[in-house]
Order: sequence, then C-alpha cells, then structure tokens
Amino acid sequence: MDLLYFAWVREQIGTGQEAVDPPGAVVTVADLIDWLAKRSPGHAEAFRDPAKLRAAIDQRFVPLDAELGDAKEVAIFPPVTGG
Amino acid sequence: MIRVSVQPAPIDLATEIAGAEAKGAGGIASFTGSVRADDGVTELVLEHYPGMTEAALIGMAEEAFTRWNLLAVTIVHRVGAMVPGDHIVFIATAAAHRREALESCAYLIDRLKTDAPFWKRETRGEGARWVEARAADADAAERWT
Repeated sequence: MDLLYFAWVREQIGTGQEAVDPPGAVVTVADLIDWLAKRSPGHAEAFRDPAKLRAAIDQRFVPLDAELGDAKEVAIFPPVTGG
Repeated sequence: MIRVSVQPAPIDLATEIAGAEAKGAGGIASFTGSVRADDGVTELVLEHYPGMTEAALIGMAEEAFTRWNLLAVTIVHRVGAMVPGDHIVFIATAAAHRREALESCAYLIDRLKTDAPFWKRETRGEGARWVEARAADADAAERWT
C-alpha cells in the first residue's frame, strides 16, 4: 500500500510518501493511523490527534472509519484550505 | 465544456475570461481570488495532491452541470509560491441566463474551499505556518447540500 502525506503531516513525518504492508488487524483508516503512529517519533507527532486528520483512499475523500479494503493509495492530511 | 487547470504559472485573467465565452451564453459569471496580506503575510505556498486535485475539480464542475443549465465551466487554481496580490483561483461559468451563471459560480467556489485537496502555508517574517480550515467555509459549502 502506498501512503501519501501532505502539509504539516508530511513535514512532521519527514517524507511525503512511503510504502507499507499493514497487518490484517488494520481494517480502517483509523486503524492504519494508530498503527503508523508507532513507526517513528515523527509519525507519533503527526498522528497524535486523529481529529485533526483527513484521508483519501485511491484519491477519494473518506471518513476515518472507512475500511481500507483493497486500497492501493491512501493519503493522510490536514483539513483542506484551498481557494 | 469543462476547463480545469492546476498550475504554478500566474493566472492570465484576460485569456481565461475570453476562454470562458461559450456559444449561446447570455451571461458569464466569474470569481477571482487573490492572496491577502493579512497580518504581514509575505508569501503563500500552495501544496496540492496531484491527480486527485484535478479529479476533484472536474467532479465539482460536472456536478454544477447537473444542477444548472450551463454551457461552460472554467476552474483555474494556482499552486506553489505566491505573494500578496497574486491571483490564486479563477472560476467562470457560462449560461444562457445570469441566475444560472451566478449561482453556479458561487457554488463552485464554496465547494472548492472544502472539497479539493489544497493546503496553504503562510510566511510572516521569519515564521511559516499552515493555515487552519475555517468552520465558516464548511458552513458555506453545506448550504448547497
């Protein structure tokens, strides 16, 4: 699974993308965030407060309780601020 | 006709307005957003999600076509580094009548604020910070649902 990070999530983790192979117990985006938080101090900082995070699966916005299914690309980022 | 562009280059308003003309259009509405110099902002950097951004903007334009009787929609969003006064977003809608053009233009900028993957980082003096989403923007988008 390819992960993409944007804005301060990317800065705190220190990379904009990485490939991971989460275990079967990781079912939802929220599970993925909990699991990723253990990867490094930067991940822990970025994922400390999931309420501040938003996500997309295969380039479509999803709520954090969405199931990953056979997602190829998951993006995690702050609420958007365009326009 | 739908035109969507996500670009680092400055937005050429004259060209975009001219391009928004559509055969049979009785009205063309447009919105241009500019970078404000709020509280001493010296630079604004726009990050986005390549691929998803364009898809999200095209999806919004298609939704506008289902809600209003439109002839053309143009959405141009600049990304990368900008300074106050630069144009950051341009939206134009062409329709046979003004109401459809004006309403769909307002709809598109409200939706763009909350439903397209862009992130703003402001620089003031030595410090930079990521702009936080505003509840008022979510409320503005919500009124179209």
